[in-house]
This record gives sequence, structure tokens and C-alpha cells, in this order.
Amino acid sequence: MDDFLIRALLAGLGVAVVAGPYGCFVLWRRMAYFGETLAHTSLFGVALGFFFEVDVILGMIVAVALAALVLGFAQRDKRIGSDAILGILASLTLAAGIIVVSAAGTVRLDLFAFLFGDILAVRIVDLYAIYGAAAAALAALAWFWRKMLAATLHDELARIDGVRVDAINLLLMLLLALVIAVSGRMVGILLVVALLVIPAATARRFAKTPEQMAFMAALAGALAVAGGLWGSFRWDIPTGPSMVVAAGLFCILAWMVPRRRAA
Amino acid sequence: MKYGEVLAAAHGVSFAEGGTSILERVDLAVRARELVSLIGPNGSGKTTLVRILLGLAKPTSGKVERRPGLRIGYVPQRLAIDRAMPLTAERFLALAPRGGAAERRAALAELGIAHIAGRAVQAVSGGEFQRLLLARALLAEPELLVMDEPAQGIDVAGQAELYHWIATLRDKRGCGVVLVSHDLHLVMAATDTVICLNHHVCCTGQPEAVARHPEYLALFGPASQEIAVYAHKHDHVHDAAGHVHAEDDHTHDQHHAR
Repeated sequence: MDDFLIRALLAGLGVAVVAGPYGCFVLWRRMAYFGETLAHTSLFGVALGFFFEVDVILGMIVAVALAALVLGFAQRDKRIGSDAILGILASLTLAAGIIVVSAAGTVRLDLFAFLFGDILAVRIVDLYAIYGAAAAALAALAWFWRKMLAATLHDELARIDGVRVDAINLLLMLLLALVIAVSGRMVGILLVVALLVIPAATARRFAKTPEQMAFMAALAGALAVAGGLWGSFRWDIPTGPSMVVAAGLFCILAWMVPRRRAA
Repeated sequence: MKYGEVLAAAHGVSFAEGGTSILERVDLAVRARELVSLIGPNGSGKTTLVRILLGLAKPTSGKVERRPGLRIGYVPQRLAIDRAMPLTAERFLALAPRGGAAERRAALAELGIAHIAGRAVQAVSGGEFQRLLLARALLAEPELLVMDEPAQGIDVAGQAELYHWIATLRDKRGCGVVLVSHDLHLVMAATDTVICLNHHVCCTGQPEAVARHPEYLALFGPASQEIAVYAHKHDHVHDAAGHVHAEDDHTHDQHHAR
């Protein structure tokens, strides 16, 4: 196998392993739209990064973190529903990002690669970044696992038990932003939420505990990455979308397996 | 000394939301070993008061204090668990901050629900889930136990069993208990302090001594030992809108908005 394929596979596996557990939280907290918004905002962040001549990844992370904070505040005013706020922010940031990018000139930023992923161009230094971020995100998740589950399951019971729910929620949001920023490079920001949600939804079918679901989601994601890469190579189709289709097929298959008893 | 230290107290707590006044200058305190029954009609603010006492909501005015480091066991009136997370009953208990596997099994056994340990928490019956919440409250080794309408949907015999269990818990562990009751006239016989709430405190007192009159026992059966009658002592009446009139005020036909 060629070097670039090996690197792509390693990058994909690294992302799948961290996207699995975080995708479970996206499902449990019903945050799929939120993830989508963060992803769109990351384009805006990259564009701003170019504009102000700072490191692109830094621009992405800063923009996404800011969006997470803005959302946190906006959601307190209940007159506009959370989904509408997310819809507004997602469209705004994507549109603004595309404007900034086209103003900067396409020679400096490949918009297609950004929207749909550029995994075959992954370099060794990118692998370090991906695995470093993944390790940090997974370590944080493991450390706070019980508290994050408690805060996710029921806000008030967790508070009574002494869990600092607001801090946990904020931490989870920022870590999710990191995971999205890192995964976005692989499948592109328009599809990154798919890598979070679809393997987790696949895992839900069989998991009996939260830990099982996190592990199975990572596994499902890894299979989707491998399958998608193979499909991309075999049929000469874009890699990012190929991975997402693979993930989707596994998900549909999983849910078609008949139930023997109520889950 | 019958009671211990003050565990939690509300002083002059008021709460209004969207222009509606839900609580008006309410005082409530619970001490260690004290059993407080909070009663009142639907919509009177009982759950709101309890949530403010626990720190889950902030009063619009007034003060709330809790003893620092207080261990609280809370059984809310309604609890919705999302189906998205796969969770067995035992795992649900494991999300509590205290208690190892042995304590969890003991709590399940004490509540008579050991058989649901491996079942998905979203698939147990309402009564079983209620007991699971009690088990979880127990695991916290609570110094203050707060239960919002725990006898809801339970028949009289079941109520008596629950009340007996709560009273035993209070005696054994010396915790304070706040019980929100749906019934306006019948409270736990072991209650020390009854507070009648209808947006404000209408009256407080003790329940009648458990009647051993043969007709009373015949009516309610042996279960009646756990339940007592509370005689309200109101010096005012409420009109349909909840506004207050002084009770002897026959000729006064204007509302006092409170």
C-alpha cells in the first residue's frame, strides 16, 4: 500500500477512535445540530486565520470555542428556540466563511478540500496533531466520565449530587469543538457531524451500557473509515463522502438486524 | 435534644415568573431528625419551594441557606430519562457519587427491586422507577432526604409501607426529611411539622395524635397507624384566584392583591 494511503488510514482511525465516544455524547445530549454549527464555524475560523495571517488550526479552534460560548449565552433567552439559534449561526458562519475565503482567492485555500475533506493529503506532522488531540480529548473524557454521564443523564440529580454541571457542560462543549476541528480536516466540515453521529447511532443498536456504546461507536467508525478508503481507492470516488456512505450503510444494516427482545 | 442542627432553611423566599407570583415570603426550616410535611393544593408552589431550598432554582427575593457539605438525597416528583443512553438500573445507581457494588445491591434489595438490576432503566414500571430513585437517594447516605409526592400513584397499603420505611430511615440515620404530600388532610403520622402552602404559608402545626378509635381503624385498617389527620388552622380564606381575604371579613368584597 502506498504511503499516503497508510497515513490516510492512520489519520482516519485516530479520528474514528475519538469521534466514537464524543459522538455518543452528541446523541445523548441531542446536540447534532450543535455539532453542525460548530463545524460550519470552523470554516469561518480558518478563513479568518488566513485573513489575519495566523495559524489556520488556531483560527479554527478559536472560532469554534467562541461559537460554543455565544451559543451558551444565546440559549438562555427562550424566545427563540435553540434549533433556530443554531440554524442562524450555522448558516451565517458558513456564508461569512465562504465570502472571506473567496475574497482571499482560491489559490490560497482549496474550498472543496475544506468542505469535503482532504485526507489523502495528510502528512506525518498532521498525524501527530490528530493523535495528540485525540489522546488529550480521550484522556479528559476518561477522567470525567462518570460526572459527564451524570450531568448528561439528568442535570438536577447531578447538581444535587455535587457535580459542577455548568463546568462539565462547558468542558464537554470545548472538547467537542476540538474533536470537530480535528476531524473536519478528514471528511470536510459539511460531513464531519456524520462521523460523530452515525457510528454512535450504529452502536446504540447493540450497546447495553454507555461504555459499550462508546467502544462500539469507535469500532463502527474505524470500520467506516477503512471501508470508505477502500471504496474510494477501488472506485475512484471522493474519500470523505465515501467514508460517510460506508458509515451510513453499516448503520442501516445494524438497525435492520431483527430484535430478539426489547433493547 | 429532639432535633439536631438546622440542615436547610428558607427565609422570606419569594418567587415570581413571567409576572405570576408563585411564592410569597415563605419561611421553611428543617433540622436533623425533623420530619417536615409540606402540603397544599396543586399549583401552590410546593415543588418550586423545594427546588429553591435545594438550590436548583434561585428565589426572586429572600434567603436560602444549607449547611455546607450537606449530603442530600432527592426524589423528584417527575423524572424523564432520555432513551438515547443505554442504562441498566444498576448502572443508573452507579452514576451516584457514593457507593460501590455492594452498597448498590444492598440498596436495591432494601427497596425490593433487586430483580430489575439488569433491566434498562427506561423499561421499568413507574413504581419500580420510583423505588429506584429512592435507592439512589439512599446511596448518597443523606443527611437530608427530600421527596416530592413520593406516595403519588400508590395505594393506601403501599403508602403506609412507604411512610413506615421513611420513618424508620429517619430514626436509624438521624436525617432530616422534607416530604411534599399531595393530600391536603392526611399526612405521615410520624410528621413533626406540617406546613400548609398556598403560595404563602397558610398555617403550620402538628398532625392530630394518631386516633385509636375503633371506627377510624375500621375505616382505614392497620395502615392507618402510619397516617394521621392534620387539622388546618387558617385565619384567612382564598378566593378562586388564590387571593387572600381575612376570614371574618364578611362585608369586604374587594380583593387584596398580595
